[in-house]
Amino acid sequence: MAMHQEELVDFDVALEKYDPVLGFEVHVELNTKTKMFSSAPNVFGDTPNTNVTPVCLGLPGVLPVVNKTAVEYAIMIGLALNCKIAERCGFARKNYFYPDTPKNFQTSQYDDPIAYDGWIDIELSDGEVFRVEIERAHMEEDAGKLTHMGGSTGRIQGADYSLVDYNRSGVPLVEIVTKTIEGAGKRAPELAKAYVAAIREIVKALDVSDAKMERGNVRCDANVSLMLKGAEKFGTRTETKNVNSLRAVEHAVRFEIERHAAVLNSGAAIVQETRHWHEDTRTTTSGRPKSDADDYRYFPEPDLVPVITTVEWIEELRSRLPEPPAERRKRLQADWGYSDAEFRDVVNAGVTEAIEETIAAGTTAAVARKWWMGEIARLAKNADKDVADLGVTSATIVELNSLIESKKINDKIARQVLEFVVAGEGTPSEVVEKRSLAVVNDDSALGAAIDAAMEAMPDVVAKVKGGKLQAIGALMGPVMKATRGQADAGRVRELVLEKLGIEG
Amino acid sequence: MNQIIQLSATELAAKLRAGEITSVQAVQAHLDRIAEVDGGERGVHAFLHVNTEEALAVAAEVDAIRAAGGADAQALHPFAGVPIAVKDLIVTKGQPTTAASKMLEGWMSPYDATVIEKIRAAKLPMLGKTNLDEFAMGSSTEHSAYGPTRNPWDLDRIPGGSGGGSAAAVAAFEAPLALGTDTGGSIRQPGAVTGTVGVKPTYGGVSRYGAIAMASSLDQIGPVTRTVLDSAYLHELIGGHDPADSTSLNEPVPALVAAAEQGASGDMTGVRVGVIKELQGEGYEAGVQERFNESLEALRAAGAEIVEVSCPNFKYALGAYYLIMPSEVSSNLAKFDGVRFGTRVLPTQGPLTIERVMGATRAAGFGDEVKRRIILGTYALSAGYYDAYYGSAQKVRTLIQRDFDAAFEQADVLISPTSPTVAFELGSKTDDPLAMYLNDVATIPANMAGIPGITVPGGLSEGLPVGIQFLAPAREDARLYRAGAALEKLLEDKWGGRLLDQAPELSAATTGGVA
Repeated sequence: MAMHQEELVDFDVALEKYDPVLGFEVHVELNTKTKMFSSAPNVFGDTPNTNVTPVCLGLPGVLPVVNKTAVEYAIMIGLALNCKIAERCGFARKNYFYPDTPKNFQTSQYDDPIAYDGWIDIELSDGEVFRVEIERAHMEEDAGKLTHMGGSTGRIQGADYSLVDYNRSGVPLVEIVTKTIEGAGKRAPELAKAYVAAIREIVKALDVSDAKMERGNVRCDANVSLMLKGAEKFGTRTETKNVNSLRAVEHAVRFEIERHAAVLNSGAAIVQETRHWHEDTRTTTSGRPKSDADDYRYFPEPDLVPVITTVEWIEELRSRLPEPPAERRKRLQADWGYSDAEFRDVVNAGVTEAIEETIAAGTTAAVARKWWMGEIARLAKNADKDVADLGVTSATIVELNSLIESKKINDKIARQVLEFVVAGEGTPSEVVEKRSLAVVNDDSALGAAIDAAMEAMPDVVAKVKGGKLQAIGALMGPVMKATRGQADAGRVRELVLEKLGIEG
Repeated sequence: MNQIIQLSATELAAKLRAGEITSVQAVQAHLDRIAEVDGGERGVHAFLHVNTEEALAVAAEVDAIRAAGGADAQALHPFAGVPIAVKDLIVTKGQPTTAASKMLEGWMSPYDATVIEKIRAAKLPMLGKTNLDEFAMGSSTEHSAYGPTRNPWDLDRIPGGSGGGSAAAVAAFEAPLALGTDTGGSIRQPGAVTGTVGVKPTYGGVSRYGAIAMASSLDQIGPVTRTVLDSAYLHELIGGHDPADSTSLNEPVPALVAAAEQGASGDMTGVRVGVIKELQGEGYEAGVQERFNESLEALRAAGAEIVEVSCPNFKYALGAYYLIMPSEVSSNLAKFDGVRFGTRVLPTQGPLTIERVMGATRAAGFGDEVKRRIILGTYALSAGYYDAYYGSAQKVRTLIQRDFDAAFEQADVLISPTSPTVAFELGSKTDDPLAMYLNDVATIPANMAGIPGITVPGGLSEGLPVGIQFLAPAREDARLYRAGAALEKLLEDKWGGRLLDQAPELSAATTGGVA
């Protein structure tokens, strides 16, 4: 497919003329044991079409039954987003023919959400707080997963055939919809990223979702429009679908602002449509036109009875909520003893949970910060990935740290080991084993290397004997060379002094 | 005719328990009857599938348990070993389920409907699956993709619909019991025109899980039998809460058998029977009206207090029904697209896109009446029309419920003819959908309000059965059984026997079946 090269306007130039208006629809897959309306297991990654029942296959005669835990999770999300909880709400059918939807309708709450009218405060990188209003959070079911085979685009158009996996069909979703967000200005891309990060942080803290964006547990549709500064009426919006990483959210919003500005500057009109995000080129392309005339023939789902919430139930769920993120951050900073700047950097890097987990798993706060803000951040930057997508876990860090503390490896080797872990070579211990990276602690091997070095450099030996202990450094090079860098420098020094009969 | 098939289910159950006959004998007698009268050129054609082997195996199992005696025999359901026929809209493992549509030709369900699980647990041998209008859409069973069922009273006439197969099977003594489904009258209207008993329970009284949905907010599974007491037993067996059906009532099944036994005394003293003014007169055949009036007289003589009630909004019921029902149909039948199960038809020319395969499948797989309702419902739900059509129809539904509420202030049960006419001739209304829809004018209000209804035989008009319908408030199904059993007793005393005894004898000679 010939890609049309989009005209863009420089971001800063665009923002001099236009105000961006944003809106987000974030889909959160819940981590309930079973699906939204059936008893099929809700498990990611199993053999296709094994986690299915007649209900989530939409076989003739089946009926849905609402998963009570999913309702509770939806209420908890609503409460965490400061929403009102509906006393009574129901489901509707969204009718459309598509093979990933076995009934050819999706059961969703449509205009009758369980949670509505909320807000969330988003802290930007410099500490400024931006309030995002939440329109609603509603329950619905996920569709199956289609894989289009053949054809060049991976899309259904032009494919030879398509495979469908109904394991995901009926997985519970909560869709969180913001009101229109105005006033973000140049910070729109940053706000977009911070908003999705905050939602992810909340659903993870609530333990209602695995919250892994790379698995599609949290998916963002980003709506962007531009209006001339000072204008009253919103511009035409586009909706970029399924933007599946925090960085992509930021880039997609930025790209659409630059693209809209170019279209508007040329005098043309923005087409109201869905856009597809392409991570490789960091661009969007036109999807299908979306108009308000899209007719899904919604009507109340007659197979389900309304969900009734009582005050007692809601309060019981409220009592299960973890502490609000702002308070939690305050507590963590105090516990960890980070400075304001250090802590903000940690939050901005999106590694608060990672550090918390790492500390919980047994390292000090300083060690956890050293790794997550240092080497891991560097590797992520080099790989142009989110830190979370590197595959480094708290267990990785704990293991690395204990290898260092037990002197099996030194800091420098540890950094190499981490690179190999990121490259997928296994756990730190496995990497050390496989690549023979362990520090040479074997004194006989080390002793031989030191003897050889001392023999080759009699003048250095003489200087050390004469009291110039810093001259030992000159022996280090050949020793390290002989041991392929795996000698422990402290031990080398000790052995040299020992051999020369000098008190260290 | 073999004496076994003449027995009511209750009588047959008693003989099985007494060891006078075996279940295998009972099942075989019905299989023989099916072979004799069902399949010939002018056969009744009540069955789409006959489940010979499994039915005999279940019967043999029951016989073995009875023969062994002891606790297992004691624990058997009273109807264990009594054969039953199942409307082919209800899914069954091990037997095809077609909904009388080409769309599901050859499809085998991998699961049982909840009512089928209960039938299996109680060890009622299933004789097979009965014919219906395709996806239960029709009032004559002529819309079956596999050919019409004939009325045992007159083989040139319709047996009603959509459950004409179940009603005809029971009327023709091919089965003592059957299951039906009733969305707008599909149990009661066939019951009326075949001289049998049929009950639409309170909405939620019987699990719908495994009944292929036509209109979810209206559908109910219910019993089809020859006596009121038999229906009560079957209703108690299939009723009750089902966690797999969110709309099923979370309460115990009422004491229906006791109510039927009470009614069988024929005493109606103190029972207020409300005659619905709007469900008689114009459009109702004179013979139907006469039998109806005689039933009222019999009830009055038995001590009932007859009052007239008015349900002014019933005049909108048919119109509202033909918006709500097709709207739900258009969505419920969307899953039949050839992707996952059932028939798949490829377009004969042009590219093989998913939309075109779905389109070709639905064009070839659905019959005209089904398409008519899908198109109607799709239109009624469309943006810009929803409020005027679906929305208004839902308001009518509320008004109908209020009419019933007011009527039940004045009466314990309501009464009307079940169907405005007796069975009409095959083919006489197939080209006139509106005339066909009018057959359900008296039965539809109960579905719209979710209340229960029963039809019992009310006599003959020009040699064809007339049905009398009782309606009761939601959850008061027991009242239907008391009133229905009373009227049954009063009329049978008058006739000197069952109405079906007056039906013409069917045989291999009249149907072209196997002697």
